[in-house]
Amino acid sequence: MKIKFRLFLIIIFMLGFIPSGMLWAQGVSSNELIKNAKAYDGKLVVYTGEVIGDVMRRGQFAWINLNDGDNALGVWVDAALIKNLNFTGNYKSQGDVLEVAGQFHAACLEHGGDLDLHAQALRLVNNGRFTKRGINFAKIKLSLILLGVLFFIWILNIFKQK
Amino acid sequence: MILKPRLEDLKIIGFYLGKIILGLACAMLLPVILGLCFWELNPVLDFSIGIVITVIFGLLLCKICYTQKDLNWMQGMVVVSLSWIAAMILAAIPLYLSGHWKFFLDACFETMSGFTTTGLTLVQDLDHLSYTHNFWRHLGPFIGGQGIAIIALSFLLKGTSGAFKVYVGEGRDEKLLPNVINTSRFIWLISVTYLIIGTIVLGVVGICIGMKPTNAFFHGACIFMAGFDTAGFAPQSQNILYYHSLIFEVITIAIMIVGSLNFNFHYQLWMGNRKETWKNIESRTFFISIMLTFFIVAIGLNQLGVYPQAIALFRKGFFQLISAHTTTGYMTIYAKQFINDWGNLALFGLICAMALGGCICSTAGGIKMLRVGIIWKALKQDLKKIIMPESAVIMEKFHHIKDVFLEDKLIRSALTITAAYIILYILGALVGMFYGYPFLESLFESTSAAANVGLSCGITDTAMPAVLKITYILQMWAGRLEFMSVFTILGFLIATLEGK
Repeated sequence: MKIKFRLFLIIIFMLGFIPSGMLWAQGVSSNELIKNAKAYDGKLVVYTGEVIGDVMRRGQFAWINLNDGDNALGVWVDAALIKNLNFTGNYKSQGDVLEVAGQFHAACLEHGGDLDLHAQALRLVNNGRFTKRGINFAKIKLSLILLGVLFFIWILNIFKQK
Repeated sequence: MILKPRLEDLKIIGFYLGKIILGLACAMLLPVILGLCFWELNPVLDFSIGIVITVIFGLLLCKICYTQKDLNWMQGMVVVSLSWIAAMILAAIPLYLSGHWKFFLDACFETMSGFTTTGLTLVQDLDHLSYTHNFWRHLGPFIGGQGIAIIALSFLLKGTSGAFKVYVGEGRDEKLLPNVINTSRFIWLISVTYLIIGTIVLGVVGICIGMKPTNAFFHGACIFMAGFDTAGFAPQSQNILYYHSLIFEVITIAIMIVGSLNFNFHYQLWMGNRKETWKNIESRTFFISIMLTFFIVAIGLNQLGVYPQAIALFRKGFFQLISAHTTTGYMTIYAKQFINDWGNLALFGLICAMALGGCICSTAGGIKMLRVGIIWKALKQDLKKIIMPESAVIMEKFHHIKDVFLEDKLIRSALTITAAYIILYILGALVGMFYGYPFLESLFESTSAAANVGLSCGITDTAMPAVLKITYILQMWAGRLEFMSVFTILGFLIATLEGK
């Protein structure tokens, strides 16, 4: 509860520093950002995506990669803001979906020319979860049928050799 | 008069093809083991189905076509060509069953791209793909890089002179050791040694940059396999950009360069012959070519002011250039940025680098440095002939492992293959333009496919026309096998239809 309250305070605190332009910022897709990178360069944007792969901490900050279904974009974020991340997307889980408000860089000066987003605030849109993957019985059936065919060929081969 | 292939020819081809297919089934066991370790049961089932189908095909061919005869040149070449097609189809089964490839053709595209060490991909939602399937994607280049047929024959047969024909058929003609089987095994020794070192180094770096240890070492192994074999696949959709790390990029550049060097060159270095590094025509040509093409790319990027700092321009430009020149295909930018941001001059520099490629007898594609070096020497020789008196005897020579005199035979061979590659690049571009893609984009993607590079400017997508997918598959296949096996199978088909 305490942590959630702290996170809430951090977000409110960060929002205080966000220039007024961002308050009207519309959500943009990764395709739009990549296609019109120069137009969005240095602007404050809102981007939503699923956290995928690893959360890579680098000192006080961290890299997270957010996938909006078309592409994944790198987001440079204060590590304190992502303390409550529970799930990252991979084969066994759907990652938390975050809405990030931050400055977009077509070629980031700080990060060797990467196309990235420096988060100033973020909001959890959807909680991640483990992906339920029951065993596919149709595949088991097919495997058994094919094994039967293989066994039949093997038997035929033995008879042929005799 | 063209002679129709006899039944015996077909039996010999079928038998050796069967052996290679059985070898492929053995390779499919590796992802199964990994899948069980990670307890990914559905992926394990996908591979079980794939393995059983592969074994059935392999066994049937071996039993129906059983023979004790060795391969002749024509049969060896046909076996190579067919084995790559068969491997593409059979290896695609588990991928398609995963549901991450929209059509079976897409899965075939992926496996051909992997085996030929190209790296163009049509996978959907890569970020949620299982470890098992992802490992198979990266194992493909490691198998194909050394040569599918030669690996299978070196490990499944105790000794055969026919193996040499297969070795040549897979685009290699240099023997490191007197016996081709030993040569193949030595190539494996080099590759596995580097794999262990590379995985450890990348794994440790991965942990240092904040990845979980399991992921760090898994990614390390995958990136090494696809990097050393100049394939350019990566476990995440952002490719190398995912890691956001300069050190990771530097190590990847080193892996790409090491992978694109001639195995004979590695052998000389292993034997302590370090002079070869600067004496060899391939390493010299490679160095000069990298410098020249990077110069073009850098001017192009600078003109448009794509990167605000020289350091960023160097980091992005050099990485993409090395990736193109070594025909790897790793990217630290998004595919669409090539077209939207990079501009025509930088793209032209990249296309030149892709077209030229790496060294012969490596896993790299493209025209290759030895041929470029030979053509340059021939040009120099011709210029000297014009300048010098008519009575002067001019003999040009070059150093490649040993000193070699520049003979007309060598020049003709280098020019023929170079012309074949250029025609292949143009044909692919024409098909792209036929479907409405602009010239430069079509040429970029076509060169990337035919030179087995894997860089994409965005054309390669599951929504692209099926004919274009098939065109790229054929380009990857012909480019990897360096045409000889492809010409032979065409001749074989004509002989089957029209021979007497």
